[in-house]
Amino acid sequence: MAEIRIENLRKEFGAFSAVEDSSFVVRDGEFLALLGPSGCGKTTTLRMIAGLELPTSGKIFLGGEDVTFNRARERDIAFVFQLFALYPHMNVRKNIAFPLLAQGVAKAEIRARVEETAKLLQIDHILDRSVSGLAGGDRQRVALGRAIVRRPKCFLMDEPLGTLDAEFRDLMVRELRELHNRIRATTVYVTHDQLEAMAMADKIAVMNHGIIEQFGTPQEIYNRPATMYVADFIGSPPMNFLRFTAGLQKGARSVVVDGVDISVPEIHLDLAESEFALGVRPEDISFSDVSPLRGAVFGSEYHGTNQIVAVEMGKGLVKARVPADQNFRIGETVGLELNYDRLSLFDCTSGRAVPSSRYAEHHHG
Amino acid sequence: MSSVNTAHSVVEPSRTSKRIAATIVIAYAVITMIPLVWIVLTSFKSPPDSISYPPKIVFQPTLEGYCNLFTTRTRQTPEYITSLGAPTSTCDEITRSRNMVIAGPSNYWPRFQNSLVIAFGSTFLAVSLGTLAAYGFSRFKVPLAEDLLFFILSTRMMPPIAVAIPIYLMYRQLGLSDTALGMILLYTAVNVSLAVWLLKGFIDEIPREYEEAAMIDGYTRMQAFFKVVLPQATTGIAATAIFCLIFAWNEYAFAVLLTSGAAQTAPPFIPTIIGEGGQDWPAVAAGTTIFVVPILVFTILLRKQLLRGITFGAVRK
Repeated sequence: MAEIRIENLRKEFGAFSAVEDSSFVVRDGEFLALLGPSGCGKTTTLRMIAGLELPTSGKIFLGGEDVTFNRARERDIAFVFQLFALYPHMNVRKNIAFPLLAQGVAKAEIRARVEETAKLLQIDHILDRSVSGLAGGDRQRVALGRAIVRRPKCFLMDEPLGTLDAEFRDLMVRELRELHNRIRATTVYVTHDQLEAMAMADKIAVMNHGIIEQFGTPQEIYNRPATMYVADFIGSPPMNFLRFTAGLQKGARSVVVDGVDISVPEIHLDLAESEFALGVRPEDISFSDVSPLRGAVFGSEYHGTNQIVAVEMGKGLVKARVPADQNFRIGETVGLELNYDRLSLFDCTSGRAVPSSRYAEHHHG
Repeated sequence: MSSVNTAHSVVEPSRTSKRIAATIVIAYAVITMIPLVWIVLTSFKSPPDSISYPPKIVFQPTLEGYCNLFTTRTRQTPEYITSLGAPTSTCDEITRSRNMVIAGPSNYWPRFQNSLVIAFGSTFLAVSLGTLAAYGFSRFKVPLAEDLLFFILSTRMMPPIAVAIPIYLMYRQLGLSDTALGMILLYTAVNVSLAVWLLKGFIDEIPREYEEAAMIDGYTRMQAFFKVVLPQATTGIAATAIFCLIFAWNEYAFAVLLTSGAAQTAPPFIPTIIGEGGQDWPAVAAGTTIFVVPILVFTILLRKQLLRGITFGAVRK
C-alpha cells in the first residue's frame, strides 16, 4: 500500500479543461471519495492516477515514486470500473486470476490466492461460474476480487455502485467499508452520491468544474463547507442561504439580515460592504414564537422521524428540519431560531466562506 | 356476448399472426430452396433424364454425373470394351455402358482445391487486416480517420470488374496472372474494405473498459487486444468471414479474366464441363452441388456466431 500525492494536476481536452490545478494527498491506507456532479473532472482525475489518461501538466506520486508518465500496467494499481468490465469469455476464477497471470505468478500460488480472495469476498462458491449469469452484487464482488487479488499499491474505483439498485447499494456500501477496514488499502473512490461518500470515506474531495472546492473529512465538509457550492451540494435538503448586504467587521458577533440582528460565530476579518450569505443547515433551525426572524409556512414534507418545513422568507424558501410531531398550517407566520454557533458566512462574490471562530481551528487553505 | 376477451397478451403475438408469419417464412424458404434442390436432383439424373420434357421428378438415380465430373473419357468400340475384362469401379461400369472408357481424372478437383486455397486464404487475410485496421480506427485518434474510412469504403462504390483491364495489365507485368497468390491478393483487396467497416461496428460496441482493465491488470495493449478484445469480437469476425468467403468463393468475372490454368478456380471451370461431348447437365449439376458444400458447412459451423452477430446490439447490456 502506498500514499498517493497529486501536485498541480491539470487536464485539458482541446479547449475544455477537465481538471484544473488539483493538489491533494491520500495517506497510506486512507479512503478518499472524489465527489461531484457529472462532468466535474472526478473521473478524469481518477483515470490520470490510473494511467489511462496523461495529464496536461502536474505530477502524480505513488508511494513517493513519480509515476506521472508511467504506463497503467507499470503503476501497480487496481481499478474497479463502473460497469465492472468483467471479461465475459472467462469464468469467475479466470477473471480474478487474470492480473496474476500477467505477473507470471506460479500456478499453485494463483490458485491459492484466488481462493483466499474469493473467501474474503464470500464468492468462493461461484468461482467456476460464468460471469455473464451473475447478479449485480456478485459481479461487483468479482470485480473487487480481481482488484484485491494482486495486492496493489492502491485501489481506484469509478462509481462502482452506480448501476446497482438502491437497496443493494446500501449493502455494498457497508461491505466496501468493512473490506477497507480489513485490508486498509489506499483507495480513491469516485462518486456523485454524497451519502456513499459520507458513509465510506475518511476524506472527501468535493469537485466542481475541474476544481477541488474542498478537501477534508466528511464532518468538516458537512459542518464547515468552504464554499457555497459545497454547502449547496452536500446535505439533503442542502444548506439554506440568507442573503444580505453589509460590511463585516473583525470581531463582530452578529450580522443584520432584513433588519433582524442575528448572532454568528466571531468574524475574523474586516470586509467592505458587499453581498453575503448566512448559511444554515435545516437541522440548525427551530421554530420560536418570540424570534424576530419571521416567515410564512409554505409546505412540509413528512419524513417519519422528522419533517422538512419550507418557510417563505420574502427572498426565497428556507427549509427547516424539525420534529415530526409539530403541526403547521400553510400560510401560518412562524418565527425562526437559528443555532448561532453552527452558522456559516459566505462572501457571495467569491463564493468562499468568511473566516470566523467556527472555521478558525479547522481552516484548510 | 358483448364481453371483452382480455386473456391475450398485448406483447405476445397472437396465434393467428404467428401462423401467418410461419407460413410466409416457410413459403419463402421453399421458393429459395427450389433451385438448389433442382441442382442436387439433376446431379443424380442420367443425361437423357436431365433434358427430358416434361422434367422428371421421379427418376432412376445414377452417379453418372459425378463420374463424368471427375473423369475424362474416350469413346471406344464395344469389342475393345468387352476385351477389357471386369470393370474396376461403379464409374468404370457406367462409363462402359455408354461405350466409353475412363481416360484419366478431370481438372475439377485441382480447380476445386484452387478455390479452397484462394477463398480461405483471401478471407483469412482480409479479416486479419480488417480486424487490426478496425481496431485502430475504433480506438485511436487516426489523423483524417473519417476521410480514410470513406476512402476505404469508396473502393466498393464501383463494380470491381470496372478495374479489370488495369488489373489484368498490372498482373501480367508483375507475373501474378494465373497464380493463387495474385487471386488471394485481389480478393483480399476487394474484401478488406467490407471487413474494416463491418468489424469497426462490432469493435465499437465492445466497451474500452475491457482493454483498460486488462492494461491496468498488467498487460500491454497488444496482449489486451488478443486476450480481451478478440474473444469478444468473435461474432463479428465470424459474420465478416462468411461475407468475405462467399464473395471470394463465388467470384467469377476476375477468375475468368485472370486465371486460365494453374490457378483457375471452380466457378470459371464448371461451365466448361458442358462442352465436353454433348450437354452434360448432370456433370455440371454435380460440380455445382459439390461447390456449394464448403460454404454450407462453414455457415452451419458458424451459425451460432452469425445469429448472435445479427442480434448483437440487442443482447448486450
